[in-house]
Amino acid sequence: MFRFILHRLGMAVPTLLLISVMVFALIRFIPGDPALLMLGDMADAQSLAQMRSSLGLDHSVVTQYLIWIKAVLSGDLGFSISSRQAVLPLLLDRFSVSATIVLVAVGLATLIAVPVGLLAAWKQNSPMDLGLVASATLLLSIPSFWLGLLLLYGFGIKLGWLPVVGYVAFADDPFKAVTYLVLPIVTLTLVEFGAIARMARASTIEVLRLEYIAHARAKGLSEGAVLWRHALRNAFAPTWTLVGLILGNLLGGIAVLETVFTLPGVGRLMVDSIFARDYPVLQGCLLLITCIYVLVNLCVDLLYPLFDPRVKL
Amino acid sequence: MSAKRTLPAAPTLAVPAPARRAWRYPPLNALIGGSLLLGLIGMALLGLVWTPYDPLRLDLASRFQAPSAAHWLGTDEFGRDALSRMIIGARTSLWISLLSVTFAVVAGTFIGMLAGYLRGWTDRVLMMLNDALLAFPGILMALGIMAIIGASQYGIVLALGIAYTPSVVRVVRASVLSLRELEFIEASRVIGNSELYTMFRHIAPNCLAPLCVLATSMFGWALLSESALSFLGLGVPPPAATWGSMLAASRPYIASAAWLGIFPGIFISLALLAINLFGDALRDRLDPRMRK
Amino acid sequence: MTAPAVLLSVQHLKIRAGVEGPLAVDDLSFTLAPGEIVALVGESGSGKTMAARAAIGLLPAPMQICGGHIEFQGVALDSADAQAMRRIRGAQIGMVFQEPMVSLNPALTIGRQMSEALKLHTTLEADEIQQRCVQMLQRIGIKDAERCLASYPHQFSGGMRQRIMLASVMLLRPALLIADEPTTALDCLAQLDVIELMLELTREQGTAILFISHDLSLVARYAHKVVVMRNGKAVEQGAIQDILLAPKADYTRQLLEALPRRGELVPLPVAEGPLLEVQGVCIEHPGPRSFWGKSLPKRVVHGVNLSIAPGETLALVGGSGSGKTTLGRAVVGLVNPCAGAIRFKGIDILKAANRVHRLQCQMIFQDPYSSLDPRMRIGQILAEPLRHEPDMSAAQRRERVAQTLVDVGLAEHFVERFAHQLSGGQRQRVAIGRALVRRPQLVIADEPISALDMTIQKQILDLFERLQKQYGFACLFISHDLAAVERIAHRVAVMNQGEVVEVGERDAIFDSPQHPYTQQLLAAASPLEKLSGGGYRIRTG
Repeated sequence: MFRFILHRLGMAVPTLLLISVMVFALIRFIPGDPALLMLGDMADAQSLAQMRSSLGLDHSVVTQYLIWIKAVLSGDLGFSISSRQAVLPLLLDRFSVSATIVLVAVGLATLIAVPVGLLAAWKQNSPMDLGLVASATLLLSIPSFWLGLLLLYGFGIKLGWLPVVGYVAFADDPFKAVTYLVLPIVTLTLVEFGAIARMARASTIEVLRLEYIAHARAKGLSEGAVLWRHALRNAFAPTWTLVGLILGNLLGGIAVLETVFTLPGVGRLMVDSIFARDYPVLQGCLLLITCIYVLVNLCVDLLYPLFDPRVKL
Repeated sequence: MSAKRTLPAAPTLAVPAPARRAWRYPPLNALIGGSLLLGLIGMALLGLVWTPYDPLRLDLASRFQAPSAAHWLGTDEFGRDALSRMIIGARTSLWISLLSVTFAVVAGTFIGMLAGYLRGWTDRVLMMLNDALLAFPGILMALGIMAIIGASQYGIVLALGIAYTPSVVRVVRASVLSLRELEFIEASRVIGNSELYTMFRHIAPNCLAPLCVLATSMFGWALLSESALSFLGLGVPPPAATWGSMLAASRPYIASAAWLGIFPGIFISLALLAINLFGDALRDRLDPRMRK
Repeated sequence: MTAPAVLLSVQHLKIRAGVEGPLAVDDLSFTLAPGEIVALVGESGSGKTMAARAAIGLLPAPMQICGGHIEFQGVALDSADAQAMRRIRGAQIGMVFQEPMVSLNPALTIGRQMSEALKLHTTLEADEIQQRCVQMLQRIGIKDAERCLASYPHQFSGGMRQRIMLASVMLLRPALLIADEPTTALDCLAQLDVIELMLELTREQGTAILFISHDLSLVARYAHKVVVMRNGKAVEQGAIQDILLAPKADYTRQLLEALPRRGELVPLPVAEGPLLEVQGVCIEHPGPRSFWGKSLPKRVVHGVNLSIAPGETLALVGGSGSGKTTLGRAVVGLVNPCAGAIRFKGIDILKAANRVHRLQCQMIFQDPYSSLDPRMRIGQILAEPLRHEPDMSAAQRRERVAQTLVDVGLAEHFVERFAHQLSGGQRQRVAIGRALVRRPQLVIADEPISALDMTIQKQILDLFERLQKQYGFACLFISHDLAAVERIAHRVAVMNQGEVVEVGERDAIFDSPQHPYTQQLLAAASPLEKLSGGGYRIRTG
């Protein structure tokens, strides 16, 4: 078991390294003077010169990369051009907002979708099952930003139940903070419910066809026990993979929901930084999000043996 | 917004048989999905030659008109006919999606087959690169690339194409890996065929099924991504009309001119629904053959 | 209270798919007394599995009982409600399935799966349950029972899993055990093992067995009664000796005829030297790959020496894991030996330069369902090997393909068909045709008939014999079943754990086997022999 963990960690390190190279290269490829890009148009000659030497622009590209990665590993991701804040604290701050929404929404969606999918697979082709498939497919097809807009319109403007714009930090006022988070979380939950429910249903149908299910029934187990104890474990594995994929994608995709609900999350930060040509922030965002993606994948992989003991390496 | 809005095709043992001659009545989801899709494609093609009004023509006198006989879907903040813009939007969105999916499929199949068949160091290196690329969620990749190239139609195509190639590589490689173990591949080598020939003659055609299903799903992702990017303002620059940018533009007026926000969303949803239904039907058709 | 005379009674059972589908089981009637062993024998599509599933109430979804009765210990099973059925299942009627690889849940430990049924049907305490499981595992020969209980199914081999399944089913001491082809997926020695175990356990507890099988010779040894089924109908039934001595129905006779018997061999041509020589060949499988390089390779073939004369059939027989398939694959070039030489007519075919000569050895694969490319038409599949015959024109190739189709007994129009449109037997004919289309001098047949029904097996062996007479190719016939090769092998080589333990002429091997392993294999082979009066009897000694 320990070897397995070590092995997966070992595989992750080269990927992280490669990602850092890609992010570095991506920003370097942007046309223009790198020092100017990092400092913005308003910088004076002296700071430009300073920046040039600290970036190591008179050395080879490899050296520049090494200088950069060294700074990154010690927590220095530069300063935002627009707000003059240090990038790393800014990123972490914003990321906590996005992470809250994503984790709660996906968690809720999984908790609801998996049992529903299981039940639908058990009663395949019943009205309930067909109803689930239809609604899941429909939900799957609605873009999250549109759904968000509709909900905002319905609950925020027409009914006035929930606030429309802005955000309150949890630490400041828990109750109010929740009201600001309800709509985005509900939107995201609805949107991801479709995909997860369908996958749970499909993989359960697969599993129910297999012989060990017949064997379990032959022992005299009730259908509930068969579903819960035997089917769920095996059916959950592909669903778990999907959840990992969804989490990864939402890291970038959350930007649209944050735009709709004007939330200070990392997605919107990234988009804003592109418009503002705030390259230090953009670079930081890219790096953070890709590394988190690799970590999420790692967690998904590490938890896999819980569902499928056959998985070794 | 998630790039994976439709189910990723599980790389199962891909040994489907070619379609039979006899056509039984197609299932419901194929019918609905297929007809919706045809309708949208028809709309897009129509836009190449004719629209009710000039989509770019400003008519400040008739701003914010609700849907009426003259303007079926109303007018926007510049007085432009919403229906015409919707039709043009269809063309743009579908075209960009198609191009990016084609790019991803061609590049991904080539790399995936190489990795899966040759194995060894080629495989390891390619997969490491692939995993690193996969770590850039679709929209991130697009954002990054467009920060360099700048926003343009072909920039988006390139960005989305590169973003989706890793998924294709994964699926193709998995197909190849499972096919390699099948006896007819071994038989090909025993007969005396070279590795290259076996790869093209035997493995490639049998990868088609999961590839088709994936391509259909990716078409949906691409459409959604393109809309999302446009919504964020990072898509094809104005005054070009895309569904996403129309949706974004409608936000300030959501209280007063709700129709501006409703219709683009409906069209995007219909397009995605069509692709999902059609993709499902396709998967069902190709899938059962995989079992004896 | 006296034991009832009839444990299970099936009367005029009819099962069909849905409301209008064809009948899977048509008017089946038989009875089972306590402690009796009744075999349902038939080929694929005979309905035997459906009948068994109906008895335990586990018919797959579209199938339903549309006529007749099933009574178990006086209780009507066909009309029992779900809860009553569940009480009977496991406790009164136990079932063992065919595929040991998939009949245990891969995500749960053995211990959990074994104790589950006990927990459900009895009121025993947890440690008492644990005790019983341990005892049962020791009973079936597992030494470290505690560790076994904590392990997962994938850590055991197929034969072991089947024994564990048996053990867990018999833990509950059911009155009836339904065994649905429990040994079909195992090689013949493991088969014997499992069946003997089953008999022991059931004899101890007085359990009756309903044994489903496609292999009449297998059940002949153990069953008291036999019901022969075909296309859903019971063609003949009665005590096993009666059926064997005087089979009444034509189909029963056909099944019995299909059992391979020693006959006259294809005459050998005069030869100067051996066609194929295998000298001191060792083959290793690479070890499992890990991040820091490969672990130790595993040697599967140790220094094997064999030779095959032109036109001769050498049978290579052994259990699973004996290395016979690997050796066959080495001859055609799918695996590379790490030591030793393989010579074809004196030429070393391990060298890449001699590839042309290697092509004189062709292979027929085991699984008719995966050895043909599903995307190619039969004609294309047969024509493909001719790519390497540079001197043939397109017209000559077409002719050769047509000739090959005739040779393997398929009609002309098969050229246009796809593999999935053919039955298992037909596909195997195509595979044979593909191997022979270039008229090779040596054909390696890797268990070519194991996956087929008995009567089809006979047809394929007939075909093989005819083709060998016609074209005079030599053959390396690999099989795990000694009985199957009795008919066509000139010489037999027996392999065990990577080594050849005995080689000899056919008659010598079958009549007086020397090596204990060969004797074991022979004991596991078909026990039936034909009598002069036309009937059969179980071979003694």
